[in-house]
Amino acid sequence: MRMAGRVITVTSGKGGVGKTTATANLGAALASEGDKVVCVDADIGLRNLDVVLGLENRIVYDLVDVVEGRCRLRQALIRDKRLPELFLIPAAQTRDKSAVSPSDMVRLCDELRHEFDWVLIDSPAGIERGFRNAIAPADIVLVVTNPEVSAVRDADRIIGLIEAEEKGPARLMINRIKPEMVRQGKMLSADDVLELLAVELIGLIPEDDNVVTSTNMGIPIALNGRSRAGQAFRNVAKRLRGEEVPFLEMSEDGSIFGRLARLFRPGGN
Amino acid sequence: MNSFLDRLLGRDQKSARQAKERMKLVLIHDRTDIPAGTMDALKDELIAVISRHIEIEPESVRIEMTHEGREQRLIADIPLRPARRRGLG
Repeated sequence: MRMAGRVITVTSGKGGVGKTTATANLGAALASEGDKVVCVDADIGLRNLDVVLGLENRIVYDLVDVVEGRCRLRQALIRDKRLPELFLIPAAQTRDKSAVSPSDMVRLCDELRHEFDWVLIDSPAGIERGFRNAIAPADIVLVVTNPEVSAVRDADRIIGLIEAEEKGPARLMINRIKPEMVRQGKMLSADDVLELLAVELIGLIPEDDNVVTSTNMGIPIALNGRSRAGQAFRNVAKRLRGEEVPFLEMSEDGSIFGRLARLFRPGGN
Repeated sequence: MNSFLDRLLGRDQKSARQAKERMKLVLIHDRTDIPAGTMDALKDELIAVISRHIEIEPESVRIEMTHEGREQRLIADIPLRPARRRGLG
């Protein structure tokens, strides 16, 4: 008898901070640990989780088809090519957020919980209907932000709304950290962001060009053993599974400075 | 050259610190949803009410919003007029 799976919603307020990338990579990382995972794209009308996962050519039915009863849940589940434990329910592309209600999402996730260890929901940006749909079924809400004023401000607003909906405490994932800029005092550090937002941290993801090239190919970076961002996403997955994993040391980056420093310090790391 | 000028004028360097200080204030206002003028009005009314009962130093009154974690707190610092001057004015 399988334990009921947990529903994790990935949200942010501001767009473009890496929600979809985070959802895809946490899904891939959890599935590569052997857990059974489904990623649900709740960004109806702006479907993207399918391309980030490289599954765009296999879509027949979508989330709205399931909710409106045009297909069975099983028919809308797309199995990943590389990870047999990873599935996707894509968003509808030609509808809008009002096609689904928060109670539809709760019902859908209650069904998915029986089949999967993890249900990961990729929330749309914003604080309207799409966001409410995405957090309604959540057991845990992950807020993604970048170390920039606009992203931090929106994250704070979203954290407040999550608390008001009694879905808190939110866990914070700080994405696209540039350690060299932080070191020079040109970018908010993870500590600065944490102090401002005052929530529990679950992930620090460094900026990594490999994310772009990997996404170009539709392969989650978490499957790349040599990428630091991939490592950081795998660490978040481990923390979700209850493992104690230390946070990556952000000063040891792959920048020229870091590489030079290693060159002059052979054997050091 | 540009960065030298920037440093000379105190620009650019430690912009992260500026970002943090600005965000502290912005977030307090966002969280409490108190319009800018409200704090001034609150201060004036507080001074009027308290002055009716005790003598205070109205110029030195400070009303501030602070936060601890995600909890907001209104702090009022209201200095009393020194005792030796009481009754002389």
